[in-house]
Amino acid sequence: MTGRLVRIAGPTVVADGLAGAGLNEVVWVGEERLLGEVIRLERDLATIQVYEETEGLALGEPAEPTGEPLAVELGPGLLGSVFDGVQRPLDALAARQGDFLGRGARLPALDRARRWELEPSVRAGDELLPGACLGIARSGPDAHPVLAPPGAGGRIAEVRGGAVTVDEPVVRLEGGTELALAHRWPVRRPRPIRRRLAPDVPFLTGQRVLDCFFPVSSGGTAMVPGGFGTGKTVLEQSLAKHAAADVVVYVGCGERGNEMAEVLDELPKLDDPRTGGPLLGRTVLVVNTSNMPVAAREASIYTGCTIAEYFRDMGRSVALMIDSTSRWAEALREISARLEEMPGEEGYPTYLASRLARFYERAGRVETLGCGEGSVTVVGAVSPPGGDLSEPVTQCSLRATGVLWALSADLAHRRHYPALDWGVSFSLEAERLRGWFEREAGEGFGALREEAMHLLQRERELVEVAELVGTESLQDAERLVLESARLLREGFLRQSAYDPVDASCPPRKALEMLRLHLELHGRAANAVAAGVPLRSILEAGLSARLLRLGSVPAEAIASGAGALRAEIAEAIARLEAE
Amino acid sequence: MDLVTRRVRGAEGIAGPLLFLEGVPRARLGEIVRIRAGGEERRGQIIELTGARVAIQVLEETRGLSPARAEVTLTGEVAALGVSRGMLGRVLDGLGRPVDGLPPPIAEARLPIHGAALNVTRREKPADFIETGISAIDGMNTLVRGQKLPVFSCAGLPAGRLAAQLVCQARVRGGERFAVVFAAMGAPFREYDAYLEAFRRAGVLDRTAVFLNRAEDPPIERLMTPRCALTCAEHLAFGHGLHVLVVLTDMTSYCEALREVALAREEVPGRRGYPGYMYTDLATLYERAGRIAGRPGSITQVPVLTMPDDDLTHPIPDLSGYITEGQIVLSRELDRRGIYPPIDVLPSLSRLMGLGVGAGRTRADHRPVADQLYALYARGRDVRRMAAIVGAANLGEDERRLLDVADRFERELVGQGDAFRSIEDTLELGWKLMAPFPPEALTRLPAAVLEARRKEAP
Repeated sequence: MTGRLVRIAGPTVVADGLAGAGLNEVVWVGEERLLGEVIRLERDLATIQVYEETEGLALGEPAEPTGEPLAVELGPGLLGSVFDGVQRPLDALAARQGDFLGRGARLPALDRARRWELEPSVRAGDELLPGACLGIARSGPDAHPVLAPPGAGGRIAEVRGGAVTVDEPVVRLEGGTELALAHRWPVRRPRPIRRRLAPDVPFLTGQRVLDCFFPVSSGGTAMVPGGFGTGKTVLEQSLAKHAAADVVVYVGCGERGNEMAEVLDELPKLDDPRTGGPLLGRTVLVVNTSNMPVAAREASIYTGCTIAEYFRDMGRSVALMIDSTSRWAEALREISARLEEMPGEEGYPTYLASRLARFYERAGRVETLGCGEGSVTVVGAVSPPGGDLSEPVTQCSLRATGVLWALSADLAHRRHYPALDWGVSFSLEAERLRGWFEREAGEGFGALREEAMHLLQRERELVEVAELVGTESLQDAERLVLESARLLREGFLRQSAYDPVDASCPPRKALEMLRLHLELHGRAANAVAAGVPLRSILEAGLSARLLRLGSVPAEAIASGAGALRAEIAEAIARLEAE
Repeated sequence: MDLVTRRVRGAEGIAGPLLFLEGVPRARLGEIVRIRAGGEERRGQIIELTGARVAIQVLEETRGLSPARAEVTLTGEVAALGVSRGMLGRVLDGLGRPVDGLPPPIAEARLPIHGAALNVTRREKPADFIETGISAIDGMNTLVRGQKLPVFSCAGLPAGRLAAQLVCQARVRGGERFAVVFAAMGAPFREYDAYLEAFRRAGVLDRTAVFLNRAEDPPIERLMTPRCALTCAEHLAFGHGLHVLVVLTDMTSYCEALREVALAREEVPGRRGYPGYMYTDLATLYERAGRIAGRPGSITQVPVLTMPDDDLTHPIPDLSGYITEGQIVLSRELDRRGIYPPIDVLPSLSRLMGLGVGAGRTRADHRPVADQLYALYARGRDVRRMAAIVGAANLGEDERRLLDVADRFERELVGQGDAFRSIEDTLELGWKLMAPFPPEALTRLPAAVLEARRKEAP
């Protein structure tokens, strides 16, 4: 069955003669065989969104359905790769086409030249469960668990050894089904699991303000809205570097090429603090920059999510970063407009909310089909137009996600990074995670968190008053609140991504720092109440020491904090004695 | 290209800039056509194909065009431009044809103006700075080779003067070859005349290629102008190894043309009537800045745009800001106080500054000095706002010092006038502004930087 193009308009085309095609089926479009997907069928007319530039296409050119939905290839060699939105390997494309992206290139996602040695963990005669682990594939320094596809199970008839490529069969089941190292899975269908687990384990980001005040659970979902220039991308990238994830899938969805170039340049140089190897070895990048075809941008988040689920199914903890979901929603809108669908709010299609909600539901900490427990935690950036949080993508995301990490332009202007607005952000998961923090980071965590939030809230109120009457008119006790809150902001909430020590902060260190900040405030408040002038407390030079705690390594924090604590106690006692 | 020329006599209809044809064999999306009618020749581009019907966007004025008498020839070619190094020193129209009375430059290559997306794995991250001689940019929001850094202006502010100053003064250090591609979109006579005059006076025309789409030229040509300019820039940068600075002004005229054309095509309008794909469209322009691994040149873009009604959240600055790597924001308040260039450094930002500054590029103390000045200035502005309410007399000593530094920062560092100021002079001025503060108040300066400074200065 081959159809003919009867309409060409931007990234969507219509072909006739395709009565037998299915929705979401992949179609080769035109003589150059561009990749496309059927998104609407009416009688024998198929509307196809094309994942490549359509300029130069002519009416009457062929459209050939493949019988397969849009799928990705999952197997050894994914880690460290850079793909476009429909999983074409960008490195291999550059080798073939040069510096600029051409069209119609058909390259497999996984390298067909590379050979892997399978160390099987199953034998002939074993009963293989769908999605179970077959063994480990090794090639050079890389080792990669091999999973049976979720649909395939049964008694094993034969296991073959030797060095094989990803598409050669290694296991034959009774009944003739052959399994290779890699299998394909349709991107728009969530991979099956056994059951979901409760969200009571945190996904540690290494960012104090997030982990302590607005934690997200492992398998949870967080959204990061922020106008341009608020440090959204910096935050996402430092999460990619420092978060406690076994695998990071980073989807650059409609964002800047230079940013991605920077990521690609940096990742191989960075060491993974968890494994000691290069960070790239636990990362998969899906990149569809803003100037690449818009339909592939729409597909990119599903491509990334399916890859993330695949690693989850191996029992890994996976972080899926989407930068940015707004660009994805805009791609959806652009395609919807080309289809002349009835627009909803701000021109977005009415199904925006349900699509977004369904996508975020693919996150979760789960019991996998084969290998135990794994998780996919999704962090979705949102780029609200004009910083206006009432717009549809932000509002739909707010309903779909459990944690809001709101970024503030004002803080970013002051070079306060991460520019997280503690007055607006929230975590619906904090309560369920409290037990974990009390257990693992230290007792009193929850109480300290509340005390700190209260201090920051007091500061907000006092600043409003001070703007009316001037800080000079405030009482010493009130000015102390302003001073302590400033220290908390500069020394605790603010975290330098450039300082190798401060860039990532474990919860125990964060707790120790927070405790010191609040202790200093408490002691100083008592001293002020006892009549010690605030000025002499400030002149004791304790704050400068507190501010530098961030660059104290986590191992040294206990002794460093102990010394500073003694110093604080002594200095305040001396002042009180005077 | 087809060997058989395809020609159609008589079009079906015309609506604004769109011409409709029927029964054209093998028309291609994006193909360029020639339309001859009444002794005049116009150019057009195929933008949609439906059944037997072809929609052509005419690139010139359609007034007086009679569809029945039009003779349309399909060229088999997508929009392309002949490019050469000889375009430097020339003044061309919005489609790259000479308007300076000289013969067309001999083309070294013919390239499609839409360009192709650069494979991100071949991108080299931006590095090294371009010295503009403007303290608020070089010192505080450094422009880096391969970056795209727009200027956000408001009606009535001297954005044109700043654009011309950039073209005339910008340079790269280290003796590498440098060129400027300047594209004006929808420029009125008074503006482009002033630009050309400034370039001639500064003697920089030889290293500059000027693409001029005038206010009276059809809006559709405006959509091609930045693409022609960038195609030329790509040839100079990646074909000849030059560092190319592309100044595009005014992107607001470009976006208005985009809206006009989209609505003429009866597309569903998005925010404020601008088409839903404006983000993608702007990205295909702005993303053509960059460097390529293993090739010597670079393209750096400074698009200038006017924020309608001074509104930073208007779709044009908003979408631009999401694609570009920062922004330079001009302030009406500074302009009223006679400060030129009126750059408000607080909302301004160069996201890539870190890649262009520091030891070996500018100076080791550049980043900390810039951060510290930002912090002092931001706090000084807070104090100024407070002083307006409570009166300067009620300020404490610290606050008065902050207020003073904010004033001096604006008058001395930002308000430098038309003169060129080197990055070293900018940083020295920065240290001078910080001098009244005790070291412990300068929390953004690492101890090592303070120490180095103390040793250096008596």
